Amino acid sequence: MSALAIRVQGLSKRYRIGGAAPGPGHLREALMDILAAPFRRFGRPRAAADDFWALRDVSFDVQRGEVLGIIGRNGAGKSTALKIMSRITPPTAGRVELYGRIGSLLEVGTGFHGDLTGRENIYLNGTILGMRKWEIDRKFDEIVAFAGVEAFIDTPVKRYSSGMYMRLAFAVAAHLDTEILLVDEVLAVGDLEFQRKCLGKMDEVARTGRTVLFVSHNMAVMRRLCGRGILLDRGRVIANGTMDTVADLYVRPDPAGEAGARFDPRDRHGVGWAQVTDARIVDDQGGPAKGIPCDADLLIELSIEVTDGMPAGTSLRGLVVELIVCSDDGQPLLSLMNVDDTGVALPDARSCRVLVRLPGPTFVPGRYRINTFVGVPFLQHVDEISGALTFEVGPPAAPWRPYELYTGRGLFCRKAEWSCLQPAAAALRWDATGA
Amino acid sequence: MSVMLGRDAGAGVPWVVIDPTSSRPLVEVRELWHYRDLLYFLTWRDISVRYKQTVLGFLWAILQPFLTMVVFAIFLGRLAGMPSDGVPYPVFSYLGLLPWTYFSGAVTRAGTSVVGNAHLLTRVYFPRVLVPLSATLSALVDFAIASLVLGGLMAWYGIVPARTAVLLLPLAALTALAATGIGMWLAALNVRYRDVQYAIPFLMQLWMFATPVVYPTSLVPAGWQPLFALNPMTGIIDAYRAAVLGTALDWPSLGISALSAAVLAALGAWQFHRMEQSFADQV
Repeated sequence: MSALAIRVQGLSKRYRIGGAAPGPGHLREALMDILAAPFRRFGRPRAAADDFWALRDVSFDVQRGEVLGIIGRNGAGKSTALKIMSRITPPTAGRVELYGRIGSLLEVGTGFHGDLTGRENIYLNGTILGMRKWEIDRKFDEIVAFAGVEAFIDTPVKRYSSGMYMRLAFAVAAHLDTEILLVDEVLAVGDLEFQRKCLGKMDEVARTGRTVLFVSHNMAVMRRLCGRGILLDRGRVIANGTMDTVADLYVRPDPAGEAGARFDPRDRHGVGWAQVTDARIVDDQGGPAKGIPCDADLLIELSIEVTDGMPAGTSLRGLVVELIVCSDDGQPLLSLMNVDDTGVALPDARSCRVLVRLPGPTFVPGRYRINTFVGVPFLQHVDEISGALTFEVGPPAAPWRPYELYTGRGLFCRKAEWSCLQPAAAALRWDATGA
Repeated sequence: MSVMLGRDAGAGVPWVVIDPTSSRPLVEVRELWHYRDLLYFLTWRDISVRYKQTVLGFLWAILQPFLTMVVFAIFLGRLAGMPSDGVPYPVFSYLGLLPWTYFSGAVTRAGTSVVGNAHLLTRVYFPRVLVPLSATLSALVDFAIASLVLGGLMAWYGIVPARTAVLLLPLAALTALAATGIGMWLAALNVRYRDVQYAIPFLMQLWMFATPVVYPTSLVPAGWQPLFALNPMTGIIDAYRAAVLGTALDWPSLGISALSAAVLAALGAWQFHRMEQSFADQV
């Protein structure tokens, strides 16, 4: 007896690169535009290349009571989709039909004001989320109890600890009682205990037969909460099915690429007289790696060059190079530097290639990023690239654990040696009977 | 973005349809009605936060028009001998400054309200019009407080308010209408062109001198007065004075000003409506 809750048809959203405003941002520019108009006949027409499609022809249906997860990398269009569905921003094309009242939690604590008390903020935040005053009256005690801030309910929230603040903010949001709920990454807040509480609440919400759309990077959470998943990539739906199959697709290495490794220097900063011009994941022969088993050594090859046009005699000598390996959501995991004892000094040359070997096992299968940094120690920020290299670590070539390794239980892949100290004899006996 | 609200959910008719066309009605009564509690809490937030952590608190609402009155009374009333239609100049000018301070305060607050609430607009949907509306409503509290001083001032000069003083209520509503309309217009423009927020104080200053706040309308040549009344605050402020002091109301002038206020409000609302969909992308 499924009924439709959300129908999304051909949804597209275009942004102009270099500012969201389609046109001048200042009155002066607007006036200049008008003045220049008669002389612009021979000018370059606005290039379509300036357009950026955050969403491209996205269609899907959500049945009533279904819990759907939308996943995808940063910039895949997940948040844009939520923003359109929550009516914050209009689509460029396409249509969304919502069968029921909708509530969106794109952030917890929207509209919280530090000078207002906990009580006042509950009412303000609640009505901002679309609740009526009587609804809040009815749930007030429940909200306060869930947040555990009874003693401070008449204290301005700027005097709250950050934990209390987040708990109160989440508590209001969690009591939003609409038929359809859109939730964006709100679970990534607070301490571990509170996160568990939030997850419990979300589980509860999901089981009450309401329609929920989640957006998150956290695959473990998504697998647990969502029955169905949609994978977005560069604004398009590339998979739509059970959450487990879609999540597997998301963490699986991209078969087309070289282990999915891509050098991407777009996010580059620094004075730039020397630059990292390429970064690759390679195999033992120096060719592009076909795959990166998590139990193999990780080999990163960097090309560093003095920028063309710098005076003769400029060399790379003395530069510090740092690689920071981050998880897919940007959390730094590991820093490697060429000035470490195991590192190498850059040569007195205008260009060089450096090979960095990180002995395996390295990281749990999943997607990782490397930020590169080149600098003159204590003096100059020469070249820094965020997300210079993205790569996929695959399953182990020789598995050593009877269970699947997955990122929800930690990102580092290490083998530890275990031994039993007390009582040693019992362990031996168990060993003997087991063998 | 056209958003259509269905009559009831579950009958196979969507509750909300979102598409790129602009067929959305200018005023959505049902939706505004649903969000009336939010209007109340937004207004109330503006009021309660305004004078937080100040020593003088709500006294600020009185000090501003009162001290301005004192300055004008000394320089214009005493030194320059500005005529004041037979009323003590302090009472005369305070009667002008009271509605003017409300008007300029409301326009300023409403004009910067959308940009000032950007964090709300980019995170959650609600009828955008509530933002400038709550700004003009919250300014009414300052207006009410400053009105108390008027009573004291008139008692000091031994002037008894006329019975027509009850007209102050509809006149205040008319002032709020004009301020909301202009405020919405400026608020929408300010999203796109931040120049607006720097221009508003200057605009208000010029506008004050184009309005009979510190001088009587009788100074303006009779032939120019209908044109003068196109400024909505001209008719309104003259009517304030006439209502409180019990002198004859200049109905034609008030009529022109009221009409002009209504036209400005409609234009402001229309401009706001035209631009509100793109607020979240531009702010």
